[in-house]
Amino acid sequence: MGKTNILVLADHPEILATILRLINKNELWNGVGAASATDALSVFQENVFDLVLLGVGVDDQTELVLRSSFTSTNPDMICIRHFGGGSGLLYSEIQHALAGRHNQ
Amino acid sequence: MEQTILHKADTRHSADHGWLQSAQTFSFHGHYDPERLQFGALRVLNDDTVNGGKGFGEHPHDNMEIISIPLEGTLEHQDSMGNLALIRPGEIQVMSAGTGIYHTEYNKDADEPVSFLQIWLYPNQLNVTPRYDQQDFSKKDKHNKWLQILSPDAGDEGVWIYQNAWFHLGDFDKGFEGEYHLKNKDNGIYIFVIEGDLQIGEQVLGKRDGFGIMNAETFVFSVLNEAKLLVMEVPQKW
Repeated sequence: MGKTNILVLADHPEILATILRLINKNELWNGVGAASATDALSVFQENVFDLVLLGVGVDDQTELVLRSSFTSTNPDMICIRHFGGGSGLLYSEIQHALAGRHNQ
Repeated sequence: MEQTILHKADTRHSADHGWLQSAQTFSFHGHYDPERLQFGALRVLNDDTVNGGKGFGEHPHDNMEIISIPLEGTLEHQDSMGNLALIRPGEIQVMSAGTGIYHTEYNKDADEPVSFLQIWLYPNQLNVTPRYDQQDFSKKDKHNKWLQILSPDAGDEGVWIYQNAWFHLGDFDKGFEGEYHLKNKDNGIYIFVIEGDLQIGEQVLGKRDGFGIMNAETFVFSVLNEAKLLVMEVPQKW
């Protein structure tokens, strides 16, 4: 079974690095970071992701644009908001999203 | 129709990190329980005890409203906004993590543990400028009455956060009968028993039990044994 590929978008470099470090501690997950919406769209075109985490710095309008673009390319991909900044919520957010239960 | 949810103290996830003992009402860190994710905007309710001289090293947060309520001991807070503060029982600390904040929380006493409630709420605004505040309520009267310690309004009593939530504390005598009226009837209410025993309707609650009530504008309670209560009124949708 392959790894779960997770794209993380956050405009705070240290927080993005923390989130990626925590994700990549899990041997079943592969985290890739993007520091801007433009970067995220570019990375998304070149890779297949199972999950996208929209983190700090993503406003509501950008979220709408990204969700629309992501789902038109890959309708099966899950896109959620990440809260807390790589803290105690990250693991359960990902688990819940992958379980298809996320209701945010 | 009124709905309730009961979280008995002994059903909380218990995490022992050696230096930290944490009883977690909702899924946190490496523990995931799909039935225990949140109560509306209330996402984290951790009952933490930190050994003497130990603490949480520097770590980041964003887009979360974080409230700490010390129960015993003294916690030292330091953050990336330049705040350095001691927080003691009777005081409340609040951080709006917004666009990002780093902080540490240490028990500076080498011998005595510090215990505190760590409470996180989802914010109703994203990417706000981070802010920190703490207030001292130790001289405020909360004997057989509710003391408001948190609201959404900077001009109201207590600390404020970016969410339509209200927190109250109260110390109640055995035999006292009281009630709480919601500030916003669309909110849910989560009662956390810090100490003591009480009864709400048919439900008896003991130390560290949590009880959520939805679709109600008020609740009535009877104190069975001297009780210290925390009531958190939080949006169910935001």
